[in-house]
Amino acid sequence: MNGGLWQRLRAHRAGMTSLIVLALIVIGAIVVPMISPYDYYTPYWTQIDQPPSLTSGHLLGTDDLGRDLLVRIMWGCRISLLVGILASLVSLAIGVVWGTLAGYLGGWTDSIMMRVVDVLYSLPFIPFVIVLTVLFGRDLVLIFVAIGAVSWLDIARIVRGQTLSLKTREFIQAARVAGLGTSAIVRRHLIPNLLGIVMIYLTLTIPTVILFEAFLSFLGLGAQAPLTSLGVLIADGASQMQSFPVLLIAPAFLLALIVYCLNFLGDALRDVLDPRRGGS
Amino acid sequence: MNEPENEEPLLWVRGLCVQHPGAPKTMAVRHVSFTLATGEILGIVGESGSGKTQLMLSLLGLNERGAQVTGSARFRGEELIGMHESRLRALRGERLAMIFQDPMTALNPYLRIGTQLTEVLAAHRRMRGSAARRRAQELLEAVHINEPRHRLQQFPHELSGGMRQRVMIAMALLCEPQVLLADEPTTALDVTVQAQILALLRELRERLGTAIVLVTHDFGVVAETADRVLVMQHGQVIEEAGVQELFDAPREPYTAELLRATRAFELTAEDVLP
Repeated sequence: MNGGLWQRLRAHRAGMTSLIVLALIVIGAIVVPMISPYDYYTPYWTQIDQPPSLTSGHLLGTDDLGRDLLVRIMWGCRISLLVGILASLVSLAIGVVWGTLAGYLGGWTDSIMMRVVDVLYSLPFIPFVIVLTVLFGRDLVLIFVAIGAVSWLDIARIVRGQTLSLKTREFIQAARVAGLGTSAIVRRHLIPNLLGIVMIYLTLTIPTVILFEAFLSFLGLGAQAPLTSLGVLIADGASQMQSFPVLLIAPAFLLALIVYCLNFLGDALRDVLDPRRGGS
Repeated sequence: MNEPENEEPLLWVRGLCVQHPGAPKTMAVRHVSFTLATGEILGIVGESGSGKTQLMLSLLGLNERGAQVTGSARFRGEELIGMHESRLRALRGERLAMIFQDPMTALNPYLRIGTQLTEVLAAHRRMRGSAARRRAQELLEAVHINEPRHRLQQFPHELSGGMRQRVMIAMALLCEPQVLLADEPTTALDVTVQAQILALLRELRERLGTAIVLVTHDFGVVAETADRVLVMQHGQVIEEAGVQELFDAPREPYTAELLRATRAFELTAEDVLP
């Protein structure tokens, strides 16, 4: 948005720490599977359920099919982050535009747009996804579409409510008096003022979407074996938690860390994007 | 000051009425008529709720949704009431500008001063980049803001109330409008700043020839600034007179009453106003 943004983010300690941790996780998710001698899909019958050890090269041990847990976690991380971030961004883009337009234009347009949201809200999610898989086959892209199609509804409603209250503020009227058109007002005056709430919502949506994906995978609708995600790993690990707790603890810890960092980063971004806070 | 003109006056309003959908029995503005000549300052005085702001908004076509505006308002011979939205938008900010009561809320807290000024230029003049910045800086100088280059980089919350009102005035004057509608421009400011802003408005009228409609509930403001005064009550104009006439011999009892109410404060106003 402007040049001072990066400086202000750098001065924000919690935000910067979360950003660094997230960056390390992302780099790890990309690099580790590339340099590791193991892959995520080949079973080794001789290496089943090994404990973590440096000598064997399995830093986190192996799972019940003898696959290296570290590599599998990093692959799961790739998939979960991809689904989480892409689906959230898609739903955010649709939701913000839909919500601001409905709120700002008001009247009939508002009624029609929000009734569309109500109708979509009433669709039961799981049958909706099953119908989609039947029609288009099992595909990871489908998960983006399904989750995106559902989660923009909340954002649209929240954004519309905010827009309704912003609309009556004097600077919006001042912009109209200055002769600005609807699109300029929405782009330059409404959306920047919505960023705070949208940021908070985004940091809440990404973890929700990651958990959503885990749930779908559990039903066999999400990531298909041998491909994995953090949700799948946690579900698998839970079944062996008494004999081999590391299978549950390692992916669960990583998921918690990601969610935690996203929350802090969201707080930091909200502070930094609001010029009145000074971002310290 | 106001020589009679042969051609049509700058702004010509006849029988303007505004009715809100929520209150069908009462009209916010009832049959208001006035004219405004080039370079004239017209004061509109009335207590709150007398329809002053609605009158201003109806000239710009900005009444709330569903409000019925009837009558006639011509700007240089062009009918404003019922004008097509796109034409109105071109006029707003370009030929007819408005400043608001509360400079604290009339600037977008998320955008730098420079951004808010230059976007008006982009909308009307297709002026962008350094040319627009230079023009914005010129205007900040014209409204006597110190360090204008630095101010362009600042956010509204970093400026004082008086300074923000100056920014609003600069924003309104960017395209050199012929009419400036000032809706209680000094109400939210303290008395010394108020005097400075009024002096600024007079100065701009002298220099740029901008006609100003000054809406206020304060006779002190009108006395210092306006050439002519309309007194409004319950949406109607009840008295119209030159400012001297009005103060010397108000015809309507309501005007006299308003004047008396102001006189109580006159001592402070005399002390402070230049």
